Amino acid sequence: MKLSDFVVRDAILASLEASDKEGAIREMVESLRSTGHVANGDYDGIVKAILKREELGSTGIGNGVAVPHTKHPSVKGLIGTVARSKSGVEFSSLDGEPVHILFLLISPPDRPGDHLRALENISRHLRDDSFCRFLKQAASRGNIEELLDEADQNRFG
Amino acid sequence: MTDTPDTRRVTISSPEGLHIRAAALFAGLANRFRSSIHVVRGNQRVDGKSTLDLLTLGAEQGVELVLEARGEDATAALDALESLIHNNFTEPPHDRK
Repeated sequence: MKLSDFVVRDAILASLEASDKEGAIREMVESLRSTGHVANGDYDGIVKAILKREELGSTGIGNGVAVPHTKHPSVKGLIGTVARSKSGVEFSSLDGEPVHILFLLISPPDRPGDHLRALENISRHLRDDSFCRFLKQAASRGNIEELLDEADQNRFG
Repeated sequence: MTDTPDTRRVTISSPEGLHIRAAALFAGLANRFRSSIHVVRGNQRVDGKSTLDLLTLGAEQGVELVLEARGEDATAALDALESLIHNNFTEPPHDRK
């Protein structure tokens, strides 16, 4: 599964405004909503579900990265988006550091395999220092899209 | 001198597989031991003390993994990690209040 299979490009946020966890999650889900990938009526439910999942344990897995996610019946296939925060988001990360790269994932309830494959893909790229560094420095949506394309073509590592 | 690790074969039984919470719990537990810990899936061998590394395995339900430990507390480490996996990644007993 490539990044381009599930990342909604229109919803990519190169300059996340929020600096707190809930704000960041709201901003990313709003981006999916305003680009037509999340229905208006589902916005609250999805945000609540993602926040609830965070209560089980932060998805700030270290290295300045977070992968907030939920299952939701409104999506037929896994969708997601990417956000970059210049000043960092407080995410209660496992290493105590603020988060600068966020991958948000919404998957259909009955397909845990899709979610795992997306995580496998995302984590593989995030292990590459160049990918992380470029992503943290990306100044525009276009920059991020290029990076994702290059990652899909295995130009890193 | 070759160092042969202690190993344990485990199968991921939880329906969600080795997802973020499971990987973070595994890495957290592995980090409590002095031994170095690796997890092998086929040709792939990753650092068991790193959540991110573990996620690259994409280990779904039913996947078999080999746990490797090298060090003084290797057996204790493998016992604990195997137990965590068999309990579908619920917290180990000594963490419960």
